[in-house]
Amino acid sequence: MPEGAKRDVWITGIGLVSSLGEGLDAHWQALSAGQAPVTDAERFAPYVVHPLVKLNYDAQIPKKGDQRQMEAWQRIGTYTAGLALDSAGIAKNTEILSRTDMIVGAGGGERDHQVDTAILNDVVSSNDPGRMLNERLLNDLRPTLSLAQLSNLLAGNISIVHGVTGSSRTFMGEESAGVDAVRIGWARIAAGQSEIGLVGGAYNAEREDMLLLYALNDFCMTGEFRPVFSGPQAPGIPSGSMGAFLVLESPEHATARGATPIAKLSAVWSERARRDEAGSVSAKVRDFLARSGDAAVLSGATGARGVTEAEAEALKAAGVPVRSVTNRIGHGFEAQFPAALALAALTVSRGPLFPALAGDPVETGESKADRVLVTGLGHWRGEGAGLVEKIG
Amino acid sequence: MAHTDKHGRPIVVVTGIGIVSSLGQGKEDNWRRLTAGESGIHRITRFPIEGMRTTIAGTVDFLFDERVPAPDLSERLATLAAEEAIAQSGVGSKGNFPGPLFAAVPPVEMEWPEKRKLAENASHHPVEYRDLLLSAASGKFRPWHERFLFGSVADRLADRFGTQGQPISLSTACASGATAIQLGVEAIRRGDCEVALSLGTDGSVHPEALIRFSLLSALTTANDKPEEAARPFAKNRDGFVMSEGSGALVLESLDHALARGARILGVLEGCGEMADNFHRTRSSPDGKPIIGCMKNAMDDAGITPADIDYINAHGTSTPENDRMEYVGLRAVFGDEALAGIPISSNKSMIGHTLTAAGAIEAAVSLLTIANGRIPPTINYHVPDPAIPLDVVPNVARDAQVRRVISNSFGFGGQNVSLVMAGEPA
Repeated sequence: MPEGAKRDVWITGIGLVSSLGEGLDAHWQALSAGQAPVTDAERFAPYVVHPLVKLNYDAQIPKKGDQRQMEAWQRIGTYTAGLALDSAGIAKNTEILSRTDMIVGAGGGERDHQVDTAILNDVVSSNDPGRMLNERLLNDLRPTLSLAQLSNLLAGNISIVHGVTGSSRTFMGEESAGVDAVRIGWARIAAGQSEIGLVGGAYNAEREDMLLLYALNDFCMTGEFRPVFSGPQAPGIPSGSMGAFLVLESPEHATARGATPIAKLSAVWSERARRDEAGSVSAKVRDFLARSGDAAVLSGATGARGVTEAEAEALKAAGVPVRSVTNRIGHGFEAQFPAALALAALTVSRGPLFPALAGDPVETGESKADRVLVTGLGHWRGEGAGLVEKIG
Repeated sequence: MAHTDKHGRPIVVVTGIGIVSSLGQGKEDNWRRLTAGESGIHRITRFPIEGMRTTIAGTVDFLFDERVPAPDLSERLATLAAEEAIAQSGVGSKGNFPGPLFAAVPPVEMEWPEKRKLAENASHHPVEYRDLLLSAASGKFRPWHERFLFGSVADRLADRFGTQGQPISLSTACASGATAIQLGVEAIRRGDCEVALSLGTDGSVHPEALIRFSLLSALTTANDKPEEAARPFAKNRDGFVMSEGSGALVLESLDHALARGARILGVLEGCGEMADNFHRTRSSPDGKPIIGCMKNAMDDAGITPADIDYINAHGTSTPENDRMEYVGLRAVFGDEALAGIPISSNKSMIGHTLTAAGAIEAAVSLLTIANGRIPPTINYHVPDPAIPLDVVPNVARDAQVRRVISNSFGFGGQNVSLVMAGEPA
């Protein structure tokens, strides 16, 4: 079909791991049972995190050598991408994987804290700090460190471990990276530029270097876990370890190979409010709500100050059924939007909307949840949203 | 009637070009020095080099007097390249660019001088990591949060130029600049926009970045004569030179460009990519992904190898890359045809600008077409008999160049090729 024409885009595979468990069944069970979020306020006190459920990495990354070449966020992502390919029924299908277009929303980094602090202590007390730094880095950094850290190496590892080679693109930029990874994958299929794609991201919350980055500007949730919309002031970001990948596919391609769609991805928006203008974020959310009619809302609100209150204001005014993703699995930055879409697809395919969490006044309403609007507003910049609809 | 290509899609043209490299600021300076065969590689003065294996780089040292964090420099480089490209295109108005931004930016993390300040701010020494966390939470270093976000460079560029929507920050390692262009081309073809700003920038020569590449044995250690260290395709090549710079293109549908009477600088005819799953840093020995990538770009452009007049090589000057690029080219073009096509590596002069390379080299490819002059591969004094190529050795060459293929290959199995022409077909 000519590029530019619009066609439907289906979600035909989902890989999801979080603090609530591994896979769609585990997540649906936890959500529909109204299970309390799994949080850890001790290990990185005063910061709260949602720790990842224990995974058997061998199941998706059989070679130990491959596992050793990755940092935790890359392992989580590579594992989850494998789950998504399994779920879509295309794992090990070389013919399809060689045409599968991949876009990953990725961060990077993962420092070796012991090495870093040891080097810092020597540099601070040295009378030739420049030379000291150079020598220590040459001696103490693992040669493979830069590969384990490079943002695009999550995608690289997915290519190597699972054989996804149609194309490989990595978007960076925190929450927006996840939104745009999905949006561009979706838009390419809708316009006939691609037939099948793998999109998603992964986040390891259990690392102090990321807590440090967000602590610099006082963005982390401290003390005990609180629901994101629980008070007049946003409670801070409770980061959560997670991986989420979706297989997106044209209906023609899916039908031809006999695949069953989980849900339809009807729209993805990635926009930019002027955050320094009062009311601009609420206006964006109202805009998303208006475009999606009576859809229930699965909010990706981060818990960060400013943007969370603005989203809450718009959601309350709309009076639509609302649930928070972060109240269940924490906030996973680049992975948050893909994870929220995964939960939305799960919800429309199984329904009705899972129960609200006690203690969060914005979480209200019931819905059979045939249509779910997912919001993904960045803690700092970028306002995204997506609409997921039931098929049939 | 709308102007469409062989696949029925809107034709995408270039109406603005901007370049900054170690050779200078602006496309005029860069073009003059590139065609004069000058090198921008020099001894590093930005930070102490004692104890390092590689002590040379193509740093851009004329923008700041003192050391700044890498994202500051990347942002400044991109700003200058984008200003030049937008000014040339004349599209939009000041602070209101009428399309999205696709920005290839280097991965970001807090650097050692900042970590050191956190350590020095701690209440006791030696520090443990939790002391650094406490220091971070002191509120004394708030601006570093934004600065070391992965999205911060593109965010500020979006604010400055008033691009539409949320900007995309991307990385496909050393193919990033080409991917930024590909994303812009695709968006225009989809009809998402009529105009896009695609750029690549890299200002990340700092001690740890240099040492990380050293530890991968990727860098040359020919420190004695910096200007002669980058030797793509030569037998005595021994690694790449890390460099800085930025390239920016204003992309536009031909219809939109014609309607506003813009000068057309070239056509982005085709983009191709193919991921390699052989190894994290090495190409598949059979060259299949590289071959597939180039073929995809030519198919996308609706052309055959016989239509290519010049190859703008990835040509990093590592033993592995240049050999594999030859293997791929030979399979695509065949021995006989390949012998008749000039190929050169801009990296022989400006080094490997990493995230920016694909964008800078696309910009240089367009200048090559426009000027009918091919920049040389300098430092080519010892041919490698295993990779017989017409590398335009050492001296620029006048030639009619109607169409170029520009290659970008990166760690992580990233391969992107772009096909560019002078006139709409």
